[in-house]
Amino acid sequence: MAPLHYYLALGAVLFAIGVAGVVIRRDIIVILMSIELMLNAVNLTFIAFARFLVSLDGQVIVFFVMTVAAAEAVVGLAIIISVFRHRQTLDPAEMTLLKW
Amino acid sequence: MILFFILASLSVAFSLLVVLRRNVVHCAMALAATLFLVAVLFVTLDAPMLGVLQVLVYAGAIMILILFVIMLLNPAALETRPAAWRILGALGAAALCVELAVLFFYRPASLSAPTAPAGFGGVEAVAESLFTGFVLPFEVASVLLLVAIIGAVALGKRGG
Repeated sequence: MAPLHYYLALGAVLFAIGVAGVVIRRDIIVILMSIELMLNAVNLTFIAFARFLVSLDGQVIVFFVMTVAAAEAVVGLAIIISVFRHRQTLDPAEMTLLKW
Repeated sequence: MILFFILASLSVAFSLLVVLRRNVVHCAMALAATLFLVAVLFVTLDAPMLGVLQVLVYAGAIMILILFVIMLLNPAALETRPAAWRILGALGAAALCVELAVLFFYRPASLSAPTAPAGFGGVEAVAESLFTGFVLPFEVASVLLLVAIIGAVALGKRGG
């Protein structure tokens, strides 16, 4: 098995790619997918720490993160559909109704 | 070790495809592949139950949901942001990556894997931890899921 910091570095790389996706993409569905990518990177570090500290708490927390991610995806996609019905766009730059 | 490097390089490659492909469906398929690879990484870290859950919940349910929304909306491929944004994003991500990696490599002691007890990460062990120490968060999560279902139905309802 690879040492712990290899897994942590992989988690860092995946998280950074997710951040880059949120910054550079204009499609709100891809932004949502990048957020899922970031959640997965964090899950990977949780699982790695759980294995290397021989504690199941990390795995249980990953279970909860998955629950929250599922809820977030469901509500987020419902909001995207609702916005698309009104505006016919997926570009978050055009959703300016609440912008001051 | 070799398995880790294969999985790591493949998952980084597919996650880069998620960010860089223009076509949203290609992004979604690359994300599904990334989630599968992360599930395999979970199994190599003695978390077989979480690996199965990852495939079921993420690569199964959430990806199907995202693909359904893409299919329903059928969006035209949007341009990425202007070059300044792209450079900013790449630089920011690189800085974040280097910072996290440096933090991780300045570890206090070398943590090599201790041997895990039998059944570590299996259904029984995870369930025992979940239903004893974490039973209150478990109940809160069930309420959260209920609220999310109601919210999704209310938002998705026509004219809602």
